[in-house]
Amino acid sequence: MADIKKVATREAYGEALAEFGAVYDNLVVLDADLSKSTKTDTFKKKFPERHINCGIAEGNMMSVAAGLATTGKVVFASSFAMFAAGRAFEQVRNSIGYPHLNVKIGATHAGLSVGEDGATHQCCEDIGIMRTIPGMVIINPADAIEARAAVEAAIKYDGPVYLRFGRLAVPTINDNPGYHFEIGRGIELAPGKDVTIIATGLMVPQALEAKKMLAESGIDARIVNIHTIKPIDRVIIKKAAAETGAIVTAEEHNIIGGLGSAVCEVVVEECPVPVVRMGVEDTFGKSGTATAVLEYFGLTAENIAQKAKKAISLKK
Amino acid sequence: MDAASKKQLSIIAVNIRKHALEAVHSAKSGHPGGSLSISDVMAYLYFKEMRIDAKNPKLEDRDRFVLSKGHCAPALYSALALKGYFPIEEIKNFRKIGHMLQGHPDMKGVPGVDMSTGSLGQGISAAAGMALSAKLSGKDYRIYTILGDGELEEGQVWEASMFAAQYKLDNLCAYVDNNGLQIDGNIADVMSPYPIVDKFKAFGWNVIEINGHNLDEIEMAYSQAKTIKGKPSVIVAHSIKGKGVSFMENRAEWHGSAPNDEQYAQAVKELDAELAKLEVQ
Repeated sequence: MADIKKVATREAYGEALAEFGAVYDNLVVLDADLSKSTKTDTFKKKFPERHINCGIAEGNMMSVAAGLATTGKVVFASSFAMFAAGRAFEQVRNSIGYPHLNVKIGATHAGLSVGEDGATHQCCEDIGIMRTIPGMVIINPADAIEARAAVEAAIKYDGPVYLRFGRLAVPTINDNPGYHFEIGRGIELAPGKDVTIIATGLMVPQALEAKKMLAESGIDARIVNIHTIKPIDRVIIKKAAAETGAIVTAEEHNIIGGLGSAVCEVVVEECPVPVVRMGVEDTFGKSGTATAVLEYFGLTAENIAQKAKKAISLKK
Repeated sequence: MDAASKKQLSIIAVNIRKHALEAVHSAKSGHPGGSLSISDVMAYLYFKEMRIDAKNPKLEDRDRFVLSKGHCAPALYSALALKGYFPIEEIKNFRKIGHMLQGHPDMKGVPGVDMSTGSLGQGISAAAGMALSAKLSGKDYRIYTILGDGELEEGQVWEASMFAAQYKLDNLCAYVDNNGLQIDGNIADVMSPYPIVDKFKAFGWNVIEINGHNLDEIEMAYSQAKTIKGKPSVIVAHSIKGKGVSFMENRAEWHGSAPNDEQYAQAVKELDAELAKLEVQ
């Protein structure tokens, strides 16, 4: 896919903040000494007075964000996913989640594709953690176009949103005039009748690649992009289960607690069919280049295609 | 403070104590000790200091109050009810299923509660966020927050302290209820936060040390805090846990346990005697 433009979702996040900062004068951005990495510095360059560096103190940052939100500010609080969802979980839960305050958590460097920094910084638990907070919206955009749309939707939505962005430049797949983003609404990217690959984040382009591989084996795979993990699109999942009879989930997250779990919950309740989860198999990451790490842990199109065949073999 | 004001506030403080105990007794659960130790400052804040309107709890430019030591909700609820935010009858439904007064303050359910708190250390950060918001918007409202002395053991308090000093939040006034006791005993034995005054000074705060049961000193402290520009202020108040009820005073076991019927009757008797004394002054 060398001819496709590649942009990291964190870059799009920073640019979206700067763009919408001009529209919404009550938009305030907090960061915890990572603004050059989270890309909130793009916003800072345009609106320095509304960019607040909280220093390396993520817990305080989340509760400060809550306090700001009580006064009518739309607050984005940014750090790496590990520290936003991990270290500051309890502040997110009690200061932001419980009072359902208008805070958007811009969590960058999610998943294994952090790369060289290794396991301490490769957060593959954040979706699972955030998903258990009542009322928390979780969005994991697949590319720069979706990241921008997610930021806009989060601003317009009144309540807490967890936005998950990546460090690695990823192919822009949604650059088409028909693209429409709506919180909680999955997107069918390609039709198919034999199996459905439900992917999120940077696994979406891999799912599209897997579709091509499967086609060579005569398998017609449907591709669904789930950008909103919570509230999850029950309709599109139920339809996929009923019409294709087998599902593979693909995510850059632990297979426990993330997209795979969320899809299984819907499938067993609405329309039981085999589901095979592809993702990080309950293990910690390792240092390496982002692409080497993703390959090492099997987050590849080839593996999706294999899992799709397994799911089909499990059909009754 | 003039004699009439002092008498009025003293009576309110005793009534806050009475209703706080009523709440905890009705629920057979809750935190009487720390509620009684902040009753005087709660009376002062809600009936003298803060620019608020009970008829319009969400007034945009109101002063804000954050009970960072959220477990002392009985004192907050009593002050709010006495101020007219909701009927005083709600007090007896404290901590009961289906009623609004949760064990710890819930801003979504209770008129007058500006921030949901209960997990220690988070309230002061939220208060700092509110203070920052006022600065960003060029508003002149002030933010008040009360912390426990045991709460100072939470690292987040010091993250918030750095933050408030860094952003020169002189519209933030914190109050540390230094009653010296936490659930497990004496704060100096469990995990000493001392020297409290020196710590806040080192963090760049204006520090005022007072007797937390002296209304003149409370008023003086809050008035002085307003004159300090460029840094946040903290009032470190020496207080008595369980203040006003003889058998609860200075006893850690009254941190989080409810009086039985007999103890409650005795406490009410003592507080009524105090009220009678104040009325004839």
